[in-house]
Amino acid sequence: MRSIRMVTLTALLALGVAACGGGTTKDTVSSASPAAPASSAAAKADPNAPIKEGLKLAFLPKQINNPYETIVDKAGIEAAAEFKGEAKEVGPSDASASSQISYINTLTQQGHDAILIAANDANAVCGPLQEARAKGIKIVSYDSDAAPECRDIFINQASSEEVGRSQVKLLADMIGSKGEIAILSATANATNQNTWIEFMKDELGKPEYKDMKLVKVAYGDDDDQKSFTETQGLLQAYPDLKGIISPTTVGISAAARYISGSKYKGKVVLTGLGTPNQMRQFVKDKTVEKFALWNPKDLGYLASFAAAALASGQITGAEGETLKAGKLGERTIGAKGEIILGPPFTFEASNIDEFDF
Amino acid sequence: MAKVLRWDVMVGVLLVAVFAGGSFTSPGFATIGNLSFALGDLGEIALIALTMTMLVVAAEVDLSVASVLGLSSALVGALWDGGMAIETIIPLVVLVGALCGLVNGLLVTKLGLPSLAVTIGTLALYRGLAYVVLGDKAVAQFPREFTALAVDDVPGTFIPYPVALFVLLAVVVAIVLHATGFGRSLFAIGAQEQAAFFAGIRVKRIKLLLFVLSGTVAAFAGVVFTLRYGSARADNGMGIELAVIAAVLLGGVDFDGGKGTLGGVIAGVLLIGLLRNLLMLNDVSTEIQSIVTGLLLIISVLTPRLITALKPALSRRRTSTDQVGPESALKGSP
Repeated sequence: MRSIRMVTLTALLALGVAACGGGTTKDTVSSASPAAPASSAAAKADPNAPIKEGLKLAFLPKQINNPYETIVDKAGIEAAAEFKGEAKEVGPSDASASSQISYINTLTQQGHDAILIAANDANAVCGPLQEARAKGIKIVSYDSDAAPECRDIFINQASSEEVGRSQVKLLADMIGSKGEIAILSATANATNQNTWIEFMKDELGKPEYKDMKLVKVAYGDDDDQKSFTETQGLLQAYPDLKGIISPTTVGISAAARYISGSKYKGKVVLTGLGTPNQMRQFVKDKTVEKFALWNPKDLGYLASFAAAALASGQITGAEGETLKAGKLGERTIGAKGEIILGPPFTFEASNIDEFDF
Repeated sequence: MAKVLRWDVMVGVLLVAVFAGGSFTSPGFATIGNLSFALGDLGEIALIALTMTMLVVAAEVDLSVASVLGLSSALVGALWDGGMAIETIIPLVVLVGALCGLVNGLLVTKLGLPSLAVTIGTLALYRGLAYVVLGDKAVAQFPREFTALAVDDVPGTFIPYPVALFVLLAVVVAIVLHATGFGRSLFAIGAQEQAAFFAGIRVKRIKLLLFVLSGTVAAFAGVVFTLRYGSARADNGMGIELAVIAAVLLGGVDFDGGKGTLGGVIAGVLLIGLLRNLLMLNDVSTEIQSIVTGLLLIISVLTPRLITALKPALSRRRTSTDQVGPESALKGSP
């Protein structure tokens, strides 16, 4: 027992010494901190520069073997062929915060022209990305952004505002802008969900939706079972419910599964953000008419063109520059180097079979 | 002959072979930048492997290390976000790690529970606590002076600070393990706990100390991890206990205790790290990487046993009257 006492004592002593020495806190550093920005701002964009041939791009998804990310990256790799570049996909098997780091290092050593990353953690990838940029490698983040000072451009799949507002419009069209509605979200503190819900509420405040009433926001915690039970609870608690929006892929598929097997099928309209493979059977059995998500193929395509344009000096990532993105046309770079893919894509019976993810 | 057949020496040879092969075949491999990164990337695993070696030599294991690392990271994040000074946070968090180790140690020594079971339990428990502390948030924006300590190289070298610290600690542990009475008692406990006890070794106290050390080092590794990535999260370091144990076993430490060298373990850590780095540079997919590491691990556990199985057979052929060796007779008793 003596050894324990020794350990505790030493630790407490160390603690005391440290506590007395004043110290570095969040407030003392926050003013001086942000990492030195890369000097790329000095470079000038030449919109007429041709896309270089033989550019080497690498896609680094959150994790490999994730069907959604595979589609994005595959489309990006195919796009590279259009401008005579070569692209590959590498990545970790788990989506933890730190697992992408060694891949960034490897890609830097291999000497690519651009790295395209769906960051697992906005800050954890920052240091290695800065090192890559110091060696002249361009960084495009897509799907999930890295800290803005660590990449050149972020391809945002859809603006939060557009997602929120378009979900309300989608539902309003199907229920004639009339009746009680509910939202089935993920967790109560999920940032993206809450931003979307704020915009939904704002949209509902417009006069054309005065007959639509949001009665409840339920949380299924992105857990299939919980989302299923929450849907059941919603429908029992609000017998006059006309529609449900579930802006989460787990939520919408669980809700669809419950409704398709219940007496509410055909009476309650369900929409939200879902993936075609999860929703296919419910679209076919007419539980769900329409739902939305961005088109992952376009996301990969756009990211690939952005990387090529950066590496060729057509753009630098500054606000107001124009990106020429092949068949997708032109996109303007917004604040903080963000490019928005476009409005969410609506999936319905007529087009769902074109997608496999 | 016997020296060459020792597994830890073979791992060292393999390490040199991988390094030489890599330098010839992959241009990006033997560069300062890459090696510095590869070493830094092993920092936490290497640190924890030091205490894990001592535990496994004493026939115990601590599977909760990665969760202690995660808890430590979550605490760093929560306290930093709450406005506490980083100079206070670090010792406090390391103290919490020591407590975590103490809990493991008390459950093993006082209640006589097997450490494998206890630490599977605390693996889940401590990771759960990490999520209670920080949820699925990520805290960033740590002061540059401190993240630099986890990332930058010692001036004039390509050795990152955490690796330099590891080298210092490794020297200490090597001396303790291989040149002191305390070290010998660890081997004695691992080889035959009862015998060690009757020989006057304070088995329980030593084991308790090992668990406390293990928790302390794991928590410190959590601080390094957090600063290196500049991001505190509850899921940090998920699963690295397996990498640590793989390195220890690959280094030739017997999982049943009583056998092993620290040099072998260090070679094991480096071999796993450099091999992974090399495979990545050659665009070998993650699946193949884990298959390679897995096979290597099985070979490392299998080979020493084959050697020991072959040795008596070889000597029996020479002296057919030889009885069963004293070692195996001892192993049979309680």
